[in-house]
Amino acid sequence: MDTTTQPITDTKATLALNPLESEAVYIFREVVAQFDRPVLLFSGGKDSITLVRLAQKAFFPAKIPFPLLHIDTGHNFPETIAFRDKLVKELGLELIVRNVQDAIDEGRVIEETGKYASRNMLQTTTLLDALEEFKFDAAIGGARRDEEKARAKERIFSVRDDFGQWDEKNQRPELFNFLNGNIDHGQNVRVFPISNWTELDVWSYIASEKIEIPSIYFAHQRKTFLRDGMLWSAQDDVVFRAEDEEVVEHTVRFRTVGDMSCTAAVLSTADTIEKVVGEIRTSTISERGARIDDKRSEAAMEKRKQQGYF
Amino acid sequence: MDVLKIATAGSVDDGKSTLIGRLLYDTKSLTTDKLEAIEKKSKANGFDYLDFSLATDGLVAEREQGITIDVAHIYFSTAKKSYIIADTPGHVEYTRNMVTGASTSQASIILVDARKGVVEQTYRHFFINDLLRVEDIVVAVNKMDLVDYNEEAFNKIVSDFGALTQKQQFKAQRITFVPISALKGDNVVNASTEMPWYDGETLLEHLEQLNPSQVEEVGARFPVQTVIRPKQDQYHDFRGYAGKVSGGALAVGDAVTVLPSGRNSVIKDILFYNASFTKVDAGNSCTITLEDDVNVSRGDILVKSAQAPSLTKELQATVCWMDNNALVPGTKYLVQQGTAQILGKVKSINSVVHTDFSGVDATDKLVLNDIGKVTIQLSKQVLNDQFLDNKQTGSFILIDTQSHATAGVGFIGS
Repeated sequence: MDTTTQPITDTKATLALNPLESEAVYIFREVVAQFDRPVLLFSGGKDSITLVRLAQKAFFPAKIPFPLLHIDTGHNFPETIAFRDKLVKELGLELIVRNVQDAIDEGRVIEETGKYASRNMLQTTTLLDALEEFKFDAAIGGARRDEEKARAKERIFSVRDDFGQWDEKNQRPELFNFLNGNIDHGQNVRVFPISNWTELDVWSYIASEKIEIPSIYFAHQRKTFLRDGMLWSAQDDVVFRAEDEEVVEHTVRFRTVGDMSCTAAVLSTADTIEKVVGEIRTSTISERGARIDDKRSEAAMEKRKQQGYF
Repeated sequence: MDVLKIATAGSVDDGKSTLIGRLLYDTKSLTTDKLEAIEKKSKANGFDYLDFSLATDGLVAEREQGITIDVAHIYFSTAKKSYIIADTPGHVEYTRNMVTGASTSQASIILVDARKGVVEQTYRHFFINDLLRVEDIVVAVNKMDLVDYNEEAFNKIVSDFGALTQKQQFKAQRITFVPISALKGDNVVNASTEMPWYDGETLLEHLEQLNPSQVEEVGARFPVQTVIRPKQDQYHDFRGYAGKVSGGALAVGDAVTVLPSGRNSVIKDILFYNASFTKVDAGNSCTITLEDDVNVSRGDILVKSAQAPSLTKELQATVCWMDNNALVPGTKYLVQQGTAQILGKVKSINSVVHTDFSGVDATDKLVLNDIGKVTIQLSKQVLNDQFLDNKQTGSFILIDTQSHATAGVGFIGS
């Protein structure tokens, strides 16, 4: 259902929001006020789904005043794509999809080969092309500072040059709640409304707001194989599996949902949102511990961001 | 759950990273994979201890040089609270980053090396926290293990600080001293057995019971971010003003004035998402509708008519300069106060302030990391809210009209 048709109810109470929610809504409104062509980068993962809810809240009773952009690696979990299409339809949102496969077909990027081949890095080219194609000047993303140490250094309004590059040593100071979105023509800004949220904050918010998320976040049976201490999905043809890597069915869930070729499953029986929150609360492994692309080197994320990764 | 934002300040090698690492480690906030990475890297670097700076220095250049260049945000939580620590650089040349970190924090941890006592950098850190109106300061006297946990060394630092607090402007600030050893873990999360003479709280115990924002801002202020006008039949005549309340509270029925135009109206409704409220407190985002169809747009500020501030076209302010190009009289900048961006010209630079509280010197320019007294002329009227009365509307940033950089931050007040 398109939520903007809902009537406004009278609660007769004092408004006192979660400070992180108030901050995120403030950031969304600054984006719409300061930029001509904002876009929300949507992957179908929990963080970007949370962004959609926050954007709804920021502009209600008006509709979300910008489109969603999905950079489709072609290696997405089918559950995520089905969820994406349902969400967009229900909320009456505009969705733009750009495919990494097109860039591969055009020879603009070269697909990696071998055991660890991933399309995650290849996304950057398609993302930058899409930003240029639609003249987007602000790209809103669900990155959080607690995810990774290079992300911990990022501003909420992060200026990128003509080439989409992040100059990590020359960032604009962000003082109080001033967000300076003044840029030159051709530059763009990456905006991170949930910068200050932790993984647990996101899950708790999803639970308290009763936000729907793709089924792969909950425990389910899946054909998997073990590599480097991590469980990979053997259900689809996306992840290269050597003959000696044996397929075993396990009860698993995904803690983070990115490209299938770089996202591992975790053993879990958490089949409700409350159980997921409980699991995250007591987990001794970080969220990105299941992202193989971060383990390529000490500075993997920083390097990707310099090149324009979100 | 409550979120407490903290900034750290300390000179190089005072142990900021070690303290943050210790906080994360002792609260079991470091996940196994991150801890393993630190262990592996520490060993590879030839250290026989865990180098916690590896957890916070996120950039290649930082790890290469072994120093913190830019603010990192570190997160951990306890059963009581969520914490966000802005780990700010200690070097003199990164004063602007220290100001950046402290500006969004409700509390600051100032580290002092027990062996060195109060040094020039301590003065600077305290000066910035005073200037920025940080409500709670914890002076963590670190490396107590290196002075044999001596009570006198600690007391000397406490009494030296007394001289500083006499000169501070922000009198509502609360200051607490805790003797610690970040390396050994004394009094950070767990109470030390080495200092029986200290009967106060550990650093974390102290943070757990802090309850900032007890300082009332003078007057409710509502800078309008954007106007919400749904183009649908159901909300055909809806015209809502979206913003976040800075200071005070607003309620349905309050008489309000739109500044700078000076038009008056009454609050008809306070909305957030699909619910309507009778009152909204400071710090909350909401959408406000008014009884009258007055002209309100981004950059305007709604205030309670009974608490309306005076307007001015000439600001007296303390400015912290953050740009490589010096601030000189005659230059034009965009001045942003609340959500309004107004063209302004630097009329005069009156003095540069010594951050050791020793006074001011006459000058005609401010260079990177200088703090000085400045007079700015504006093309339009702005609120003359003093920073000591309202943190949000009493501050502004200066945006370079060519590079668009945030070149400086100003605090209104003479």
